[in-house]
Order: sequence, then C-alpha cells, then structure tokens
Amino acid sequence: MTLTLAAIGYRYAGSGEPALLDVDLELRGGEVIGLVGASESGKTTLCLVASGLAPRAIGGLLRGRIAIDGEDVDSWPMHRLSQHVGIGFQSPATQLSQVTATVFEEVAFGPVNFALPRDEVAARTWDALSTVGITDLAERDPRRLSGGQQQLLAIAGLLALGPAHLVLDEPTAQLDPEGTRLVTDALARLAEGGTAILVAEQKTDVLAALASRIAVLDHGRLVMAGPSDEVLGDRRLTELGVTPPAVVRLRQAAAAAGIGAGLLAEALIDA
Amino acid sequence: MPELRTEGLVHVYPGSGVRALDGVDLRFDPGERVAVVGQNGSGKSTLVRHLNGLLRPTEGRVLVDGSDARGMRVAELARRVGVVFQDPDRQIFAGSVLDEVRFGPRNLGRSAAELREAVKEALDLTGLTGLESRNPYDLGGSRRKLLALASVLAMRTPVLVLDEPTTGQDRAGIARVRSVMEGASAAGRTVIAVTHDMEFVAELFGRVVVMRSGRIILDGSPSQAFDAARRDLLRSTNLEAPLAARVAARVGVEAVTEADLVSALATAARPPQRPPQ
Repeated sequence: MTLTLAAIGYRYAGSGEPALLDVDLELRGGEVIGLVGASESGKTTLCLVASGLAPRAIGGLLRGRIAIDGEDVDSWPMHRLSQHVGIGFQSPATQLSQVTATVFEEVAFGPVNFALPRDEVAARTWDALSTVGITDLAERDPRRLSGGQQQLLAIAGLLALGPAHLVLDEPTAQLDPEGTRLVTDALARLAEGGTAILVAEQKTDVLAALASRIAVLDHGRLVMAGPSDEVLGDRRLTELGVTPPAVVRLRQAAAAAGIGAGLLAEALIDA
Repeated sequence: MPELRTEGLVHVYPGSGVRALDGVDLRFDPGERVAVVGQNGSGKSTLVRHLNGLLRPTEGRVLVDGSDARGMRVAELARRVGVVFQDPDRQIFAGSVLDEVRFGPRNLGRSAAELREAVKEALDLTGLTGLESRNPYDLGGSRRKLLALASVLAMRTPVLVLDEPTTGQDRAGIARVRSVMEGASAAGRTVIAVTHDMEFVAELFGRVVVMRSGRIILDGSPSQAFDAARRDLLRSTNLEAPLAARVAARVGVEAVTEADLVSALATAARPPQRPPQ
C-alpha cells in the first residue's frame, strides 16, 4: 500500500518550462499527506502525475519513476491504475458523469463499468455512500445537490472502485464549513482504515487537523517535507506563499509582540 | 451611484416547493462592503442571482436606484450590477485573456478609449497584465478566478458582487482580491461578497448579513456577528467565529481580527507605567 514517486519531472505538452522538477515522495497506507504551495507551484500537476492522468490522459513528458508497492506502474493502463489510485478535483459539478439519475447510480457507475457482480456493486456503493455520510441522498438527482454534497458524491464514486490511494486536489475549496468537516471526517476515517491520501489544500487549518505529514512545493520543486506540526509551524511557509494555520499565526504574532505563550495557550485550548 | 434594495424577496424554485428566499429585506449603500454568510443552501447564491436579474422574484422585488429590476433589460442591469461567480469556468469562454476582459465592456457600448482604459485597469488590478494573449485554460485555477474578476471589473459597475472570492486562492491571490475590493469601495462602489471565510469577513467587512433557510437572521458589524453571546446563532447555520475572535472572547478583550487581538493582548500584558520621578 505504498505509492512511490521518485525523481519525478514533468513538462506539459507544448510548454517550455517543466512544471515539476525532481520530486520524491512516498505515500504510505493509513497516512494523509497535505500538499501545499502557492498557486502554480505544481500542486495540481503533482496530483495529475501521482494519479497517472499525466501523461496518460493529457500527454506531456514524464521523467522519473512511479511505483505501487514496488511495482513500476509505467506500463499500466488508466483503468488498471484507477483501481489503485483515485483522483478527485476541486469543482464538484464537473466530476459527475452527467448520465445518471440518482446518487446511487452515480456511485455505482464506476463498479458497473468494471463489470463487477450486482451484489458487489450494491455493497460497494452503499459502503462508499455511508463512508462519506450521504446514504440519505441515494435517491436524489446528482445535479440538484449542493456543491458540498456533490463533492462528497464525487469522493464516494472514487471509493467505490476500492483504491488503496486517494489523490485529492483541493477537495474542500468550494465547500462550506459543514461540507468541509464532512469531507475531512470522511478522509480521516478512510486513513484510519488504511487508505493512503495525498491532499492538495490551500486551507492549512484543515491540514493541521487531518494530515500527518506536509509537503511544500515551490516552482515545481519539493522544498520542504516533514511532520505536520513542524512544517506548518515553519516560519519560511509565508515566504513560500502559504498561509499558516490560524493557531500558528496567532502564536507567532503573540510571540513577536512579546506576549507570554502561557496566556495564549490556555485561551487557545478553550476557544 | 445607486442604492440596491430587496423588498420582501421570496424565491421558490419551480417544482421544489421550498422557499429558497423567504422574505428578504436588505439595503446596500454606495461605498459599503457587505459580507453575506450562511451554510450551503441558506439562500446566499439565490440572493446573488436576484441582484443581477438572473432570477425573477416569486414575491417581492429588487430595486436598483428605486426602480424595479423586473422592468429593466438584462443589459441595463448588467451595467449596474457586476457578479463574479464562484466557479470561473462557468463564466470564462473567450480564447484569450484580453478577449475575455474586453467582452463585457464592449457589449456595454463603451468608446474605444474607455474600453482600453477599463481593460488595462482591470488587468493591472488583478495582476494579469502581460498575460493578455494567453488562453484562459492555460492559466491555473487561481488566475482563472482572477480573470473572471477582471472581466467584471472592466465593466466598472457601481455594484460588485463576488461569490466566494477567496476559494482556491493562495496567500497572494487573497491579498489581491482584498486590495481590489478595498479599491472598489474607496471609489464609492458597493461591494457585496458571499463567503464562508470568516477570517476574511473579520478582516475586510464593515457589515455581515447572516442567512439561514432563506431568511436574514443577523445583520450587523463583525463584532456583533462574532460576539460570544451570539455563538449559538452563528452555529445554527454551521459557522464559527474566527479563532482570533474566540480567543479574544475567552481572554476578555475586544477583537475580531488577529492584529486587533495581538495588540489588545500586548496592551493588557504591559506592566503599568510608573509615574515619572
């Protein structure tokens, strides 16, 4: 259950500049890695590469090696890879198939296309719906859900294919606080169950609670990686275009103003 | 500069039976910066669609400068109220950044000189100068969003409505959106933003409208909205005051932003000054 990216470089088709340079990352079962960085630092590109869509679906030039449990995936077709690595995007509506009439059918769409037995399809679909907490929406029209509900639906659709790894590109960006909580709770449960999750995210507050490790991209290079607390508390984060979590900002600002850590620490716990 | 008002605004989507807006009375004045908050489904987006005439009221009315928006043509309303939607991909369609930004003002019949000036200004404000010939879809998500903002800015509408302007934006992008909004209000334009970002609300807005189930449940300053005594009201629509406001309430100082909190704490922590000898 390990997805390994080794010395990854990637250049989009028709682009003169590499979008990723020499990126090494290992994503292990049961862990959530938060991917942060300024806009256009390579987060989305890394998601596309890790999931195999780049270059399989969008072309471009990939260097380096991607392996799952030590096996090189270079020759794997997309349909094989998608059962191991699921990818989700920011905009919920564009991830829907647009051909199904109910939430249930939408989630079942993937397993049905893999020609799984009926019972297996139903079991996986209910399982995925319940993991993200939307069993009550099963009969609803996917197009008439709120953005937050659609995002949960999109993630359920990925889960139904049973991937051991999930790659999510800003899955909560368009959600309200409640939707964000639903998604992060679902991701935490998935990680507890052994799923490996790579999640690109601007909201470091979300990652502070969810991610065990943080990787920081800057101009296509991985410039920092380590335990969540350490990286999110690193003062260089701001220079890299990333806003630290509110707790970290408050502590840093208080320290700079000469306010004792004790006073703030107590209030932070209560707040 | 016009005043924008809703009177007893009710909206029922056909076939739903649900009152997405259930009697909304609001007034937005020139130069005012107003945040509209509430959970998904609270009616915020429906309200936005009424402000620029995309939806027609089931009951009640929208008044622009005292005239009923129902009697205005879409183009007339578009001249007054510019809306930037949350998802730029629903808005962007041109083949180049320049064409995208020119489209709105050109349709408003601006002169060539005015058009050039408005486009240049919009590109400068959003940091897109130099990218005029690029295809919008070659830009990253955050720049596409700034492009959607630029194309509305270029129309120089007296009212600017932004749906979730900070989502998908990094630190620099949020700073840019913020300065655009500050500039617009300084120029006397009305700025209305729908947002879930409570820190952004605390930092930038003088007025907060909280919606729940199609109704206004609070209309006041950020200090009022984030007052610890109203915590349950905010929570009833799944929102939480920003951390700085919660810490401030806990410590017993008045602040909704981090900067205010830190300076209040610094003042409180300073030892009393000795009288000069």
